[in-house]
Amino acid sequence: MAAVSTATAARPSQATRSGGISDRGIAWLFITPTILLLLAINIFPLIWTVRMSLTNYKANMGWMKYRFVGIDNYVDILTDPDIWDAMQTTARFVFWSITLEVLLGFGLALLINRKFRGHSFWTTVILLPMMLSPAVVGNFWTFLFQPQSGLFNYVVSFFTGIDPASFQMIGDVKLAPWSIVLVDVWMWTPYVMLICLAGLRSIPDYIYEAAEVDRASAWRRFWSITLPMVMPFLMLAVLFRGIENFKMFDMVNLLTNGGPGSLTETVSITLKRAAFEKWQTGWSSALAIILFLTVFGAANIYIKVLNSVKRR
Amino acid sequence: MAHSVVAASPVSRLLSGAVVVLYSLVSIAPLAWIFLTGFKNSADAVAYPPRILSPPSIEGYCDLFTIQTSQDADYISHLPPSTGPCDSLAREHGRVIAGASKTPGRFFNSILIGFGSTFLSVFLGTLAAYAFSRFKVPAKDDLLFFILSTRFMPPIAVAIPIYLMYRQLGLIDTAVGMILLYTAVNVSLAVWLLKGFIDEIPREYEEAALVDGYTRLQAFVKTVLPQAATGIAATAVFCLIFAWNEYAFAVLLTSGTAQTMPPFIPFIIGEGGQDWPAVAAATSLFVVPILCFTILLRKQLLRGITFGAVRK
Repeated sequence: MAAVSTATAARPSQATRSGGISDRGIAWLFITPTILLLLAINIFPLIWTVRMSLTNYKANMGWMKYRFVGIDNYVDILTDPDIWDAMQTTARFVFWSITLEVLLGFGLALLINRKFRGHSFWTTVILLPMMLSPAVVGNFWTFLFQPQSGLFNYVVSFFTGIDPASFQMIGDVKLAPWSIVLVDVWMWTPYVMLICLAGLRSIPDYIYEAAEVDRASAWRRFWSITLPMVMPFLMLAVLFRGIENFKMFDMVNLLTNGGPGSLTETVSITLKRAAFEKWQTGWSSALAIILFLTVFGAANIYIKVLNSVKRR
Repeated sequence: MAHSVVAASPVSRLLSGAVVVLYSLVSIAPLAWIFLTGFKNSADAVAYPPRILSPPSIEGYCDLFTIQTSQDADYISHLPPSTGPCDSLAREHGRVIAGASKTPGRFFNSILIGFGSTFLSVFLGTLAAYAFSRFKVPAKDDLLFFILSTRFMPPIAVAIPIYLMYRQLGLIDTAVGMILLYTAVNVSLAVWLLKGFIDEIPREYEEAALVDGYTRLQAFVKTVLPQAATGIAATAVFCLIFAWNEYAFAVLLTSGTAQTMPPFIPFIIGEGGQDWPAVAAATSLFVVPILCFTILLRKQLLRGITFGAVRK
């Protein structure tokens, strides 16, 4: 009885309700701040970048009068062999890191999906690297890659007999591109693994049971059931990692800083050097727009796949 | 009875387990190595062959938190008795402690900016997610797409106009500037993740509250918020980890008073290059909170990395 009376007392009067804001009003009240923040911190700067990309502005010499140069910066960039080099470096990095991550990640997911004892504990252990700061990871791998004292060189020499002082992962022209691939694979294989695992777990058992009745071989089951069913998930992982690696900055900046020379210079590193070291603001704004359009196109596809996976 | 395809055979399960455990151990080794290096002295840290176990030393942690200057033996021998283990250690190396280092301030910045931006993005994100989940919003899919697409902007591309904008507004190297920036980046994740969580809460609860005479706002605060608490907490941790780990904006937009740990750690230097025990000590202190959060979050990780689209 007491409970009932408190409930009645706590109940607000009908008048408050009709005096409250309409649902439509609340919807706008709740959404507007987020949209405004994104407009101020993302869209307004983007428009500014487009404007600057048409000028020869240099941000470290703000007092100098700049002039509009039309699409000169864009023409410059698209005909610059250095940019195409950076694009190729980026493409190779994206290709190899994603390929290895898919092979390793999918493989691990298949193994973990056999649900051996302790599989959830070991899954958590495997996931740890992907939660770290890419910058901090890049930094401490330079320590592991030290020519003589580094753990990586020591382990390689332990298994192959090569002198650990005879090769430099970061300094060597042949090895430096592989050093960034290696660190990326170390860090992001868990990402691909986790998403693949979700894909594997989404396959209902009865499909395999039906295949068993039809006496489909294990190989056949993999190609006609497992792979097609995991594919949308795999696409999700590949697209996301592809976009992230295409614009990769922090890990590479600290691991190799684009070196030796400009051998591991991904597009983001080129952009940083042009914008914040050479202060070619106009030119780098144009490059930023090109980079942005590429990423935006890929992100568009990613979000479509994301929504299709969500609806399943 | 032949084996079932769905449940793996004991042998294959054992083998899968062995491979996964082996991978886990190899992948965790670099991290373990950094933790160990934090407790080595500077000679042991770069010794060849690498020493797995060496007499534990707190030299790295002392170097990380103090500034030391070299003094001649005569000066040191006339000093009053040492005030602590770090002091004695410094004197053994012919140095004296000249004061506290910048490390605590950088940690403080990371915490302040991390928590500040997390609070703001979760606050804005919860409101927007609720509106998107419950109300008819015109062009809802386009707005949601717009919100998520901002997450894909390459940080270096955004940093150019943000740098100019912040220079105008006096926000360069300020905690407020960084908090706003990280909020803008995180709010997209917060909206998408929280929308997923709020979608899962049955509408009947609010409808019952509305029938009881509550206003929409009261129903939101009294029925939806408590039910979404787990989701809000998980979202907050994801935002916090992002802000904690972020490097590109931090290195370009802060230099002193508002600098966070990621751009600071690579510049912890001793005599002749990086002071590896101190860098390892800083890295250890920096990553331990993330590792703890990852273990707490392991069940929500999949949701977090797919913006709420994949749940299990």
